[in-house]
Amino acid sequence: MPVPGSGLAKGLAVTLRTMTRRSVTAHYPDSLPQLPPRSRGVIGLFEENCTVCMLCARECPDWCIYIDSHKETMPAATPGGRERSRNVLDRFAIDFALCMYCGICIDVCPFDALFWSPEFEYAETDIRDLTHERDKLREWMWTVPEPPPLDPAAEEPKELGAAHKAADKLAAQQAESEQQAESDGESEPPRETGTDPSGPSATARDEQEGDR
Amino acid sequence: MMDVADVLWRLLAVLLAFLLLPLIVGQAEHKAMAHMQGRVGPMYAGGFHGWAQLVADGVKFAQKEDIVPSGADRRVFQLAPAIALLPYLIVLIAIPVGKGDAVGQVVDAGVFFVLAVMGVGVLGSLMGGWASNNKFSLLGGLRTAAQLLAYELPMLLAAASVAMAAGTLSLPGILDAWQWWWLPWQIIGGLVFFTAGLAELQRPPFDAPVADSEIIFGAYTEYTGLRFALFLLAEYAGIVVLSALTAVLFLGGWHGPSDSELGWVWTLLKTAVLAFVVIWLRVSYPRLREDQIQRVAWTVLVPLALLQIALTGVVKVVIQ
Repeated sequence: MPVPGSGLAKGLAVTLRTMTRRSVTAHYPDSLPQLPPRSRGVIGLFEENCTVCMLCARECPDWCIYIDSHKETMPAATPGGRERSRNVLDRFAIDFALCMYCGICIDVCPFDALFWSPEFEYAETDIRDLTHERDKLREWMWTVPEPPPLDPAAEEPKELGAAHKAADKLAAQQAESEQQAESDGESEPPRETGTDPSGPSATARDEQEGDR
Repeated sequence: MMDVADVLWRLLAVLLAFLLLPLIVGQAEHKAMAHMQGRVGPMYAGGFHGWAQLVADGVKFAQKEDIVPSGADRRVFQLAPAIALLPYLIVLIAIPVGKGDAVGQVVDAGVFFVLAVMGVGVLGSLMGGWASNNKFSLLGGLRTAAQLLAYELPMLLAAASVAMAAGTLSLPGILDAWQWWWLPWQIIGGLVFFTAGLAELQRPPFDAPVADSEIIFGAYTEYTGLRFALFLLAEYAGIVVLSALTAVLFLGGWHGPSDSELGWVWTLLKTAVLAFVVIWLRVSYPRLREDQIQRVAWTVLVPLALLQIALTGVVKVVIQ
């Protein structure tokens, strides 16, 4: 049977023990937090990659991305060819007062134009100032950290794997044709050497389909 | 007979202690509470560890608007904080700090005087609660009244035991008669006195009258600015007075291992330790319910105090 009042003493002991320990409180404005590299602080825009496909704006659940653009026609690349048209970005803005930081825009962007930046100190006294226009989104881009290196045991990224395979194939072809040239004499021109445009991309596609 | 300069000097010293010690207790509470709860106390005002926090608090309180609610009993409402605070200043005058006449004013019936004057402080909370024209304040005020009536009795009984042991009501007289073995002899009375005093101050865990989750801030709900600060100051002055009284009555005041002229250091040290205990208790225990508070007073503290008086009487007779 416990001694009556021992609970009271235990309570006092707990608080006294806590007092002698150092608190682990982070003194935030004095010492900045150690954020993981994939923190969701603010979204940076790498404008050169943006093709105004509008996927981000359409997928945004909050409808907080505003995009304006116009089309420009460019003269045909080859004489007699068709005129090319391309989209030019006029306005790209994200309203961080509406944004819920779901990151869907970044996930859906097919051209890697949007990135998470760990910066989080952009409070404003006026809610309208939370709409960041393209200049500001570009500035955030400089704060985006390097992507973390892959795990040493991880398999190679698909892009690299495809490129390596293509290069190997190309080298093999070259070697083969050189051998052929040696055996056949110098009259025959090398066949399909380095000019096969479908080579690398075809292998890349095969690889992807094989993975799926 | 003391001359005028001596009287003035003593009053000044008491006033200084009155203004300074509660601030020290308040600051200690900030930091001790913070560390006990594993967090950071107010750190920024001033440079080192936020030493100027209470000064900043004072400035803030002074800036705030002084509001008297409409329909309130104006004069009573405005007087209440002063009535809550002044008794502690008067009590400090009678507390002997050091050996001999190191006391504001020697009062022959010191124990009686001190306890009677401390009882007046209750009136401040009651007045505030009654005059605020606010049902939360009224509830808080009535709870205060019930609690203070309940705890006055064990406090008086415990103090009476010491007075009985010493055969005098004078505080310096009690200390002159004090022996080290009074410590175990009067320990029950000391615990009862300290606990009852804690309840009189409405400090946690006996803070049901100011329970901020049920009745907002009890009798002080309608107070703002400086008047509120005065109530807070009264609480901290109350801690100082209670700790000093407990130290003097039950822990031997200026008696220490080395019985030298530095007796006042011992008194202050004991007071500081007790004040720390007050803070410590606040952090460690949850608030008692109103009925639990009453039960502790009547079924635990009063019998214990009576037991102490009986014990004191028996030992006293045996010694003679």
